[in-house]
Amino acid sequence: MALLEVSNLGIAFGGLQAVDKVDLRLEQGGLYGLIGPNGAGKTTVFNMLTGVYKPTEGDIILDGKNITGKPPATISKAGIARTFQNIRLFGGMTVLDNVKVGLHNQVKYSTFTAVLRLPPFFEREREMRGQAMGLLKIFGLENDAKQMASNLPYGKQRKLEIARALATNPKLLLLDEPAAGMNPSETEELMETVRFVREHFGITILLIEHDMSFVMGLCEQITVLDYGRIIAAGTPEMVRNDPKVIAAYLGG
Amino acid sequence: MGLKNLGRTSRKNLVTYLIAVLAFVILEGMVLTGNISNMLEGQLVPICAYVIAAVSLNLTVGILGELSLGHAGFMSVGAFAGALFSVSMEDTITVTWLRFVLALIIGAVAAGAMGVLIGIPVLRLQGDYLAIVTLAFGEIIKNVLNAVYLGVDENGLHFSMKDSIALGLSENGKVLIKGAQGIVGTPRDSTFIWGFALVMLTLFIVLNLIKSRTGRAVMSIRDNRIAAESVGINITKYKMIAFSLSAALAGVAGVLYAHSFSSLVASKFDYNLSIQILVFVVLGGIGSIRGSMIAAAVLTVLPEMLRSFSEYRMLVYAIVLIVMMIFNQSPKMVEWRKRVFAGRLKGAGHNAAKKGGA
Ligand SMILES: Nc1ncnc2c1ncn2[C@@H]1O[C@H](COP(=O)(O)OP(=O)(O)O)[C@@H](O)[C@H]1O
Ligand SMILES: [Mg+2]
Repeated sequence: MALLEVSNLGIAFGGLQAVDKVDLRLEQGGLYGLIGPNGAGKTTVFNMLTGVYKPTEGDIILDGKNITGKPPATISKAGIARTFQNIRLFGGMTVLDNVKVGLHNQVKYSTFTAVLRLPPFFEREREMRGQAMGLLKIFGLENDAKQMASNLPYGKQRKLEIARALATNPKLLLLDEPAAGMNPSETEELMETVRFVREHFGITILLIEHDMSFVMGLCEQITVLDYGRIIAAGTPEMVRNDPKVIAAYLGG
Repeated sequence: MGLKNLGRTSRKNLVTYLIAVLAFVILEGMVLTGNISNMLEGQLVPICAYVIAAVSLNLTVGILGELSLGHAGFMSVGAFAGALFSVSMEDTITVTWLRFVLALIIGAVAAGAMGVLIGIPVLRLQGDYLAIVTLAFGEIIKNVLNAVYLGVDENGLHFSMKDSIALGLSENGKVLIKGAQGIVGTPRDSTFIWGFALVMLTLFIVLNLIKSRTGRAVMSIRDNRIAAESVGINITKYKMIAFSLSAALAGVAGVLYAHSFSSLVASKFDYNLSIQILVFVVLGGIGSIRGSMIAAAVLTVLPEMLRSFSEYRMLVYAIVLIVMMIFNQSPKMVEWRKRVFAGRLKGAGHNAAKKGGA
C-alpha cells in the first residue's frame, strides 16, 4: 500500500477548474517532484492535500485513512506537514519558539500544568527545547534560536519553515518552492539538506520547484501539471524528454 | 539557582514582579506612615483593579491579537456576581477573607462563562467580529443590569425588570439589586493588600501562560493562522482559552473594584471604561504585560495627583500620554531602551546569553 493515494482530485473556483482529475501515488520513503508552469495548480494541490481547500472531487488516502476535506489541524495530526510558497512564519516569535509550536502535538502538557508551573512543565519544556535545538542544528539555525523569526534573512526563513514542519513528526512532507529566492550555492546546500532529511527521518517528500536542476537532481519521480491536469509523470529522464512537457514550458 | 540560569524571558518577568512589589511596598509604606493623601489612598484598590483589567485585556489584544471593546462588560459581570454574593451572604459567612475569596471565585467564573458564551459563536469567525460583538455586549450588559431588580425574603428570590415595588417583597425582605442604583451595602472586603495579591496572581497566571505551550499556540494563531493550523494547532480551542481567561480575570478586577465601595452601579462599567482600559494596553505597548501594568497604574493616579495644577491638569496629562507613547512605541526609543537595559544586564554578568545573537 502506498503512503499517499490521490485519485481523481479536482477543485473549481467559480467557473475555473484549477485542478482536474489528478492522480498521485507516493510510496513510503520516496522523493517526488511536482512541476508545471505558473498557475498550473501545484499549490492548489498542496492546499487540498493539507485541508486548506476542500476538493470538489476525488479522494485523498493517507496510510489507508481517508482524509479528504478534513480540517488542516486534523491532517497535520494524521501526518502531513508543509511549507508555503509565500513564507508563513510566526514573525513575532523567536526562531526557537517557531519550532516549539511545530512540536505542539508531539510534546504535551496541559494549560493547568503551565500556569501552575507543575513539574511536568519543566520536564516537557526541556524535552521540547532539546528536540527543537536538534532540528535547528540540522538547518544551521542553532545560533539564531533567540532571534525573532521575522528578522531572519530570506534563505534562513525558508529553512526555519522546513524545520517547523518536521517538528510535527510527519510521514509526508510537502515543500512548496523551497529554493525560491535562493542563490545557486544555497540551492545546492538545500538539496543536500532535503536528502539528509529524507534519510534521517525516513519520511516521504513531495516538492514543488521551478529550479529544474534542483528537481531533476533530487527527485525520483516527477509529475507535471498544466492547466490543472497531469500531462506527464515518471522519472526525471522520461519527463525531461516528453514532448508535451517541453511544449507546456515553451508555450508558457 | 542564580539569575544567570534564568532565560531572558524569565529575567524580564522577574523585573515585572519586582516593579509590582516595589510599588506596593512604597505605597503601603506611605499608608502606614500616614504620608498619603486621602485622594490617593482611596484610589489604591481601584488602581489594582485597573491593572488587572489592563493586563487581562492585553491577553486578548496583544497575545491573541483580537480586538475587544467590551472589557468593562466582563468587569461588571464579575462585580455584580461577586457583590451580589457578598451582600446576600454577609450575615451567613462572617469570615471576611473566606467570603471575599468565594466572591472572587464566583465573579471570575461568571465573567469567564460570559466570555465562553460570547466566544463560541464569534471566535469561530475570521475577521474583526469580536470587536463589534464585545462592544455590543458591553452596552447590553450595562443596560440590562441597570434595569434589574432583585430581592429576597423568606419565600425566596424575587425578580423584576420594573421597580422594587414590583418585587412584592414581604416586610422583612431585602432588595439586593435596585435597578440603576445597583447594589448597595456591599461589604468593603477588598483592601490594598488584597489588590496587590490579586495583581501578583494575575501576573503569575498571565506571564506563565504566555511562556508555555498554550501561550505559544495562542501567539502562533495571532502571527499566522494558516501556518498555525498547518502544524496542528486547534484554533478555536486556543482562542477560547485565551479569551475566556481574559474575561475571567476582568471578572476578578470587577469583584475587587466592587468591594472597595459600598455601592455598585452598572453605569460605571460603560464604553468609556472599556476604551480607557484599551488605552492602558495600547500606551503600555501591545503585548507587553509590564507596560499594561505601569500604564494602568500611572494613568489612574495621574489625574488625581494633578488636581493641584487645576486647569493645566489635562495638559500635563496629555503630555504624559504622548511621552509614554513615544517611550513605548517609537522604534528609536525601543532600540535605545533595549541597548541600555541589555547593557546593564550584560554588565551584571549575563554576557553568555548575548554571545549567540552578536
Ligand atoms: N482561492 C482561490 N480562488 C480563486 N482562484 C484560485 C484560488 N487559488 C488558486 N486559484 C487559481 O488556481 C490556479 C492555480 O493556482 P496555483 O495552484 O497557485 O498555481 P501554481 O501551479 O503556480 O502553484 C490559478 O489560476 C489561480 O489563480
Ligand atoms: Mg504555487
